[in-house]
Amino acid sequence: MELAGELTGAEITVRCLQEEGVEYIFGYPGGAALHIYDALFRQDKVKHILVRHEQAAVHAADGYSRSSEKIGVALVTSGPGITNAVTGIATAYMDSIPMVVISGQVPSTMIGEDAFQEVDAVGITRPCVKHNFLIKDVRDIAPTIKKAFYLARSGRPGPVLVDIPKDISFQKTTFNYSDPVVIRSYNPPGEGDMNQVRKAIQLLMTAKRPMMYSGGGVILSGASAELTELVRLLGFPCTNTLMGLGAYPATDKLFVGMPGMHGTYEACMAMQNCDVLIAIGARFDDRVVGKVEHFNQVQRKIIHLDIDPSSIAKRVKVDVPVVGDLKRVLNQFLVELRSIKQKPNAADLAVWWKQVNDWRFKGGGLKYNNSTEIIKPQYVIEKLYEVTGGDAFVTSDVGQHQMWAAQYYKFIKPRRWINSGGLGTMGFGLPAAMGVQLINPGATVACVTGEGSIQMNIQELSTCKQFHLPIKVVSLNNRYLGMVRQWQEFFHGNRYAESYMDALPDFVKLTESYGHIGMRIDKPSDVEPALREAFSRKKDLVFMDFQTDPTENVFPMVPGGKGLSEVMLDPNMPHPEVEDL
Amino acid sequence: MRHIISLLMENEAGTLSRIAGLFSARGYNIESLSVAPTEDPTLSRMTIVTSGSDAVIEQINKQLNKLIDVVAVMDLSDGEHLERELMLVKVPAAVAASEAFKRAMAVFQGRFIDTSNSTCTVELTDIGVKLDEFLQAVGRDQILETVRTGASGIARGERILKL
Repeated sequence: MELAGELTGAEITVRCLQEEGVEYIFGYPGGAALHIYDALFRQDKVKHILVRHEQAAVHAADGYSRSSEKIGVALVTSGPGITNAVTGIATAYMDSIPMVVISGQVPSTMIGEDAFQEVDAVGITRPCVKHNFLIKDVRDIAPTIKKAFYLARSGRPGPVLVDIPKDISFQKTTFNYSDPVVIRSYNPPGEGDMNQVRKAIQLLMTAKRPMMYSGGGVILSGASAELTELVRLLGFPCTNTLMGLGAYPATDKLFVGMPGMHGTYEACMAMQNCDVLIAIGARFDDRVVGKVEHFNQVQRKIIHLDIDPSSIAKRVKVDVPVVGDLKRVLNQFLVELRSIKQKPNAADLAVWWKQVNDWRFKGGGLKYNNSTEIIKPQYVIEKLYEVTGGDAFVTSDVGQHQMWAAQYYKFIKPRRWINSGGLGTMGFGLPAAMGVQLINPGATVACVTGEGSIQMNIQELSTCKQFHLPIKVVSLNNRYLGMVRQWQEFFHGNRYAESYMDALPDFVKLTESYGHIGMRIDKPSDVEPALREAFSRKKDLVFMDFQTDPTENVFPMVPGGKGLSEVMLDPNMPHPEVEDL
Repeated sequence: MRHIISLLMENEAGTLSRIAGLFSARGYNIESLSVAPTEDPTLSRMTIVTSGSDAVIEQINKQLNKLIDVVAVMDLSDGEHLERELMLVKVPAAVAASEAFKRAMAVFQGRFIDTSNSTCTVELTDIGVKLDEFLQAVGRDQILETVRTGASGIARGERILKL
């Protein structure tokens, strides 16, 4: 019996998206998702962006999330639709990005029969989602999607998958989205324990060589202002991880640069040699602290602020853990610090800053040997920073260009630096930029990439054409998989196994064939004029194919398996000797 | 060190594989795992016997807690606790009739639960090492087959794992 006011599962799915205020979703249709696509067609609140590959749909939803405080949504079909989406889901999971992925599934009556385009979506995504659901009853669709959004955004955020069998998307029931979400087993932390906050502050006050190390958690929690205030109140050196760039302004004198494998000399040395380290929404990743045994050789006290208890004491021993939402926890720190009137010991701090500045002097900052003959990739990023006034959204792919962008584009705001930090997914940059551009219309969006990465999702130039996305692609084309080549040069006896990119397309013609503007830039003197020309074209996607020095390496570098103080500096640059601790 | 972890989880399809998947993905040991619904049919209770350094056990507890379907986790090894495992053993009728077997049955408080013309099946409930001792006493070559449930655990006294 059909009751008045009943909706199909597909219609309910779309109504849920409307209720969540979703403006854009990214997807690709297919058999099992057709009822949902039909429901999308018959409304105009939720706009669908048709990508050219499901991986790109998920990266676009990811960029949408990272560059705003909203939740990106991707919609894919069963089988290859969901398997293609897995790389994107894993990318979001590793960086704790809130996201909801809806996948069509074969009819529930056929599950397990190896039906056409059947894959166990819940099984195949289980290790790379915060949670996932297979819908078994049309009445579960609305409460489950509501749960999915709640889980994605609360606590430590992450992607959540909802798999909807085709028959269920066509069954009918009444729609109700008003019931609150109750998950008895899930209570995300709020404020930190005040006793732990006080203990942490006491440690900070007695520190002689303090160091602040913040990560992506600060950005996810929207706590950049609180972090900035805390750093300035304490006057301690501050480093932001690759995921945390922009949380503290990179132009500030208390900022010592990024730590880790391609961090600055001073950030690496200060991380290694500090006596009290406060980690804020960071997870002591292997690319940040290097070899743990080496890191542990120095006696230091560690304070760790994180929303996820399992991030605490995972790789290093922690002396004072504080579990909570960082925005609230950092506020607790600020309130307590102002009330106790105690200040860090100025004399000790001055000695420590002298040491940190000596390291900064020895490291020589981020410098490279520029050339008038050949384009240096770092030079392109420096000019990109100048031309965009340091205020662009910058997405990147993965490799050398990613590290140069992280080093040389001085991010001063959160959510401006969009990159795949944890999973290191090549092909992320262009589709992510699409999501960024859609949620930030009118903003300047640059995708820093290389000729290797861009080819992993270059088909999205077609999506950009269809939806008029004026992204500026800054491709550092060195005819090598540069980071692979760099490791082969350093650690594999210059044997460049499969790292040479032969038979490259003519990127200008390729871009033009997609209906965009292509530029090839060969000379250093043309770099800035080309960027100015490209960024002045507010309505056009411009692909800049910069022919860069194929031999350039990323420095500083902490080789894999080495410790932070074993950081290698650019041998071609001067590094004056300074006194070490 | 050996730890015995007890947890309450949503009695739903897929929860078991989330837990098993967590252990394999993160390289944790599972010595045994036993699970069944509780008196509240929406909940299942699982007992996991695992081993690892203190840091690994701490991570196992945290990672289990992080799973959305896991409602409560208790490391029983943190306090005094009881554990029991059920074992069924099938032996040839001739073995079951032997004095040695009967002695072992008496010592380990086994129960005869099934006989056929040529076989006999017994049931024992005890801690794992006692069951091992029984098997040793009977002798491996005397045994047709065995099946064990893995340990179920519960804390002693007032310590309770309940929602």
